[in-house]
Amino acid sequence: MSTELLSSQPDSDTELLTGAEIFIRCLVEERVSTVFGYPGGAVLHIYDELHKQREVDHILVRHEQGATHAAEGYAKSTGKVGVALVTSGPGATNAVTGIADAYMDSVPIVVFTGQVRTALIGNDAFQEVDTVGITRPCVKHNILVKTVEEMPLAIRRAFHIASTGRPGPVVVDLPKDVTEQKMPFAYPENPHLRSYQPTTVGHAGQIKRAIKLLEKAERPIIYSGGGVISSNAHEELTEFTRLTGFPITNTLMGLGAFPGTDPQFVQMLGMHGSYEANMAMHHSDTLIAVGARFDDRITGNLEKFCPYAKVIHIDIDPSSISKNFPVHVPVVGDAKHVLRAMIDDLKQRERALPDISAWWDQIHEWAKKDSFAYKQEMDADIKPQYVLDALYRLTEGEAFVTSDVGQHQMWVAQLYKFNKPRRWINSGGLGTMGFGLPAAMGVQLAHPDSLVCCVTGEASIQMCIQELSTCRQYGLPIKVINLNNRYMGMVRQWQDFFYDSRYAMSYMEALPDFVKLAESYGHVGVKVEQAKDVEPTLKEVLAMKDRLVFVDVVTDPRENVFPMIAPGAAHNEMILS
Amino acid sequence: MRRILAVLLENEAGALSRVANLFSARGINIDSLAVTPTSDETLSRMTLVTYGDDRILEQITKQLHKLVDVVTVMDLTAKEHMERELALIKVRFENAEDVDELQQVNKVYGGRIADANELCYTSEVVGTSGEIEDYITALSAHEIVEVVRSGPLGIRRGEKALEIGHHL
Repeated sequence: MSTELLSSQPDSDTELLTGAEIFIRCLVEERVSTVFGYPGGAVLHIYDELHKQREVDHILVRHEQGATHAAEGYAKSTGKVGVALVTSGPGATNAVTGIADAYMDSVPIVVFTGQVRTALIGNDAFQEVDTVGITRPCVKHNILVKTVEEMPLAIRRAFHIASTGRPGPVVVDLPKDVTEQKMPFAYPENPHLRSYQPTTVGHAGQIKRAIKLLEKAERPIIYSGGGVISSNAHEELTEFTRLTGFPITNTLMGLGAFPGTDPQFVQMLGMHGSYEANMAMHHSDTLIAVGARFDDRITGNLEKFCPYAKVIHIDIDPSSISKNFPVHVPVVGDAKHVLRAMIDDLKQRERALPDISAWWDQIHEWAKKDSFAYKQEMDADIKPQYVLDALYRLTEGEAFVTSDVGQHQMWVAQLYKFNKPRRWINSGGLGTMGFGLPAAMGVQLAHPDSLVCCVTGEASIQMCIQELSTCRQYGLPIKVINLNNRYMGMVRQWQDFFYDSRYAMSYMEALPDFVKLAESYGHVGVKVEQAKDVEPTLKEVLAMKDRLVFVDVVTDPRENVFPMIAPGAAHNEMILS
Repeated sequence: MRRILAVLLENEAGALSRVANLFSARGINIDSLAVTPTSDETLSRMTLVTYGDDRILEQITKQLHKLVDVVTVMDLTAKEHMERELALIKVRFENAEDVDELQQVNKVYGGRIADANELCYTSEVVGTSGEIEDYITALSAHEIVEVVRSGPLGIRRGEKALEIGHHL
């Protein structure tokens, strides 16, 4: 990268650049190296400029939803802003699912959408939609750029807003004529946003109040979520947890923020969380929530949620606090800063925290239920859990794992013990089937030498299967583990529990031959039908380091995810098997 | 419970729509809304009336604050404040005594006749929403053709103003 390109001063008064050239320069200023996109009429000036340069790589996806999920995978696994570029109209509407997904899971992405010429806006022009209007409820912010003069500041703001505070998606809508207008280029240092000042440093008085509660805790539990990963606070969380000796549970989005194999970790909580995590939540007297949002899949019945606990809630988003559940000590701030302040405070204290060994005895008693256990007979159908157990062992817990949505997602969350953050990439809030494969592309491009596995099911994978073509084009050696039970498993599970097993439309008929399908895209396909073949086949698959391998595993069609908290039930009302 | 919020926001296309969207997405009705640019043309000031309990209001206020275009939010309900609303009321009269009655009502409520022809009188009145309702009630024996109300504007009493940098 030349110093000239990093300069934010106009090169000269006479050098005029087009909007499309300026767009590229802005990406370079933001140190964007990879853009996921798909061309179309409204963005052709930009694509022409992309073609002429080498600083920004463009990855051609096969559907715009894939571009946004790939940008999410890139962002979640690196902490950097993911970038997508799509055309107007259908390009923008196809991207909406990924934008909404990023909004729900607080993923920093910037999505550039082409727009019809400014003179045509509002005229029902070809491939026109009101992108800013359509995306308004599912973005952190969006901006329609009406002149080229507005573009550098709009892009500066987009990256700033996406990546600071509670991260989220920002859409920048670029009319075609704006990308051909000319002006001298200068990139603003400062985003100049008087109305946007996220609070990062926690209030000292609130932190003192929180510490006071810890000093009285007899049955404490730490409940941490994706916010800890967003703020890169995993080290602080680990130090805080070790220092206090408290038990800790993670949400689906928070897995990996605390080592999954640590004895203080009582596993994931929530609808499909462990018996010990949910029981400890229910019986706790002090709950320390960090970067978690008391989502309905976590709390179950709010009326019966944590009935004995005093609640401390650390979150960067004030609107997350007391939104679903009233808390006693709110601390607005960045989890990293607040946890550091609490650690410092605790270390200065002479008085030790109370002895909680009786509480731990109780938790260990609950843990004896071994609620994620399953039984694999070698001559019976393959249990999906067995496949994930084998994957965990063979990868030594070091892989990046993406997933789609449903039973397989919950089994990965239960059985793959993530010891590091940003290794577990899934769609939690929106629950987007089709997320896994394109997200894995983003992860693999960001980490070319790492093992990236996409755990999916035969229903989910078909929602973005076209991206196998992208994987072929860029040689992405993703390992796709397809847990093929011939059902939309989680739909079937709910139909078993709540609809007298009437399987309305949850049966996957007319499935493709996934091995041949993978081969037709130029990949390796393998099928596993017997339990004894699972481990040896996975071993061979993982050894094929430079190829995408699609592993179609025929699994037990009747297996359900346990434990389960039925909707409306409480944490102490789990269905165990 | 009735709530009155004062909001300062960027004077930009789309800012109002973000605010409206935030309410509609949560199924909360905006009872009235008055918005104009301030003396600083880059900012608009909004006075918004809605109904909800403390929890809904706390959430709405936080969500408003979270919008990138919103600079400041203040719940005036919780402060000593005053409200004024403008109403234009068109009334049809059959005879001259009725006009005398209108002038009597205007005297009581500080209203005035803003437009008239042989069929109709349009009067204007400024007051709290309650005063305006009383004014309309006072004329209800006659044929009211049309009522236009601005919705209340609100301001804090005393020396404190709503400024950039005000925090919740």
